[in-house]
Amino acid sequence: MTNTVLVVAETAGDSLAASTLVTLTAARELGGAIDVLVAGAQTGSAAESLASMADIRCVRVAEAPHLAGALAEDLAAVVAAHVGEYSHVLAPATTFGKNLLPRVAALADIQMVSDVISIRDAETFVHPIYAGNANETLRVLEPHKLLTIRPTAFAKEAVAGGEARVEPVEAGKPQGRSREIDLQLDESDRPQLESAGVVVSGGRAFGSPEKFRLLEELAAGLNAAVGASRAAVDAGYAPNDCQVGQTGKVVAPELYIAVGISGAIQHLAGMTGSKVIVAINKDPDAPIFGVADYGLVGDLFEILPELRDKIRVLRGEPDSQLAEA
Amino acid sequence: MKVLVGVKRVIDYNVNIRVRADGSGVETENVRMSANPFDEIALEEAVRMKEAGICSELIAVTVGDEASQEVLRSALAMGADRAIRIHAEASPQPLNVAALLAALAREEAVDLVLLGKQAIDDDANQTGQMTAALLGWPQGTFASELTIEDGRARVAREIDGGQQTVELELPAVITADLRLNEPRFVKLPAMMKAKKRPIEERTPEALGVDMRPRVERVEVSEPVPREAGVRVADVDELLHKLRNEAGVI
Repeated sequence: MTNTVLVVAETAGDSLAASTLVTLTAARELGGAIDVLVAGAQTGSAAESLASMADIRCVRVAEAPHLAGALAEDLAAVVAAHVGEYSHVLAPATTFGKNLLPRVAALADIQMVSDVISIRDAETFVHPIYAGNANETLRVLEPHKLLTIRPTAFAKEAVAGGEARVEPVEAGKPQGRSREIDLQLDESDRPQLESAGVVVSGGRAFGSPEKFRLLEELAAGLNAAVGASRAAVDAGYAPNDCQVGQTGKVVAPELYIAVGISGAIQHLAGMTGSKVIVAINKDPDAPIFGVADYGLVGDLFEILPELRDKIRVLRGEPDSQLAEA
Repeated sequence: MKVLVGVKRVIDYNVNIRVRADGSGVETENVRMSANPFDEIALEEAVRMKEAGICSELIAVTVGDEASQEVLRSALAMGADRAIRIHAEASPQPLNVAALLAALAREEAVDLVLLGKQAIDDDANQTGQMTAALLGWPQGTFASELTIEDGRARVAREIDGGQQTVELELPAVITADLRLNEPRFVKLPAMMKAKKRPIEERTPEALGVDMRPRVERVEVSEPVPREAGVRVADVDELLHKLRNEAGVI
């Protein structure tokens, strides 16, 4: 039987979110025909970029003002109406997809699988459980398979060279019992934590929000995103959405530098997918060294300034420019 | 306002779990169990609503075997008025649990269902959204702030890259994120008293829910462990290796 896959696109503003590219990679692994559903108040530019990507048969567009806030109540009704047409429905395992797809699944009376990291075959999927301390392989007995895809587990690539047709679909009516009243997006010129090539994370060892700034200076020199352990977030050194770990974000950058983080299993669950891990810690027995490619034992308050300065030199950028940036 | 809070019994947060050698699951024999931390946050929020006079009746519910009564005892000790155990074999699937919760929410005519955003065993993060869908109620997931006023819930939600605030008409389903509150410790005398309180029992049959599994476990395996690398002596050696060996800076 040939697969027919529907990818539910996540958008950022009116453009495509990186998580959508990852979900498309998972869809390509399943093989068969791929359609993408874009829902929102302004879908034009997202639909356009999708239509030019390879392997997409059709871009289905649900456009209406009430879809602006990406409310699960409204979006789920739109998606659920199409579940019956596909063998698989995929969404990214971001807060967007995690909020939406279980609601779709229940409307369609289907048990879904969260956070898929590997596709064995059309009905068998692997996902992490116990904060990534174990992997569970599940065979889905449902007629339609609904999956959220862990963004760090599949490649994020925009494959060009397609000419998908774009067609409108029913956008439904607002269900009217929920509305968005405020949206605060972090304004930073730094890369987003989930998609950054380099992440520098700090732990409780910093001791104060002021000293945590040292980490931000290092991040600036590396064009890195700043992360934090739960301990650092709880202590108020870093905002909530910086938290890396089981209950925070899962990251898998090219380079992850953990500074003053002991390496509790809950933190490791959020970063062991990184390509290269550096650990800087005073305690030579800290568990973080067990997963680090390069470990440096020492006082972070001596190491960080030296590292920051030498990275500036390596990158050939004069101090003055960086101080402004 | 009547509030229903779901509590799941899971392997304790601090236990290093072990995968069974035969791949059938995770070792649970002689392992410390406790209430799912996110559910405790949901419960604490409901207890605070009771203390503020917003909640008139607080019902705690769990779905599980006899041993899961212990999480209901602590819920009673924390401030729940009633406790209900719905009978189930180990690890029922989220859609089945959501069907049970939805049926109970209807039967008890509650105004709010408060759950943890996910359980730390299966990490599914599905039950709240599914319960809301089955009831046709609005949902406020990953809540880090919650206020109830004039039949509406205002929920600050933790989303990727920021925070979204939504307003929901009650009845609604809300799932708690880590920073909604910090649950209190249960005092021993309260725990002793809770031991004598009744726990109501329900069955899936009585609630009209089919518990047939929809997904089958093939195996549980250990993730490929990451090997420890090398120790470097100083910042210079670190930078040299990052540039010339790993090629990442």
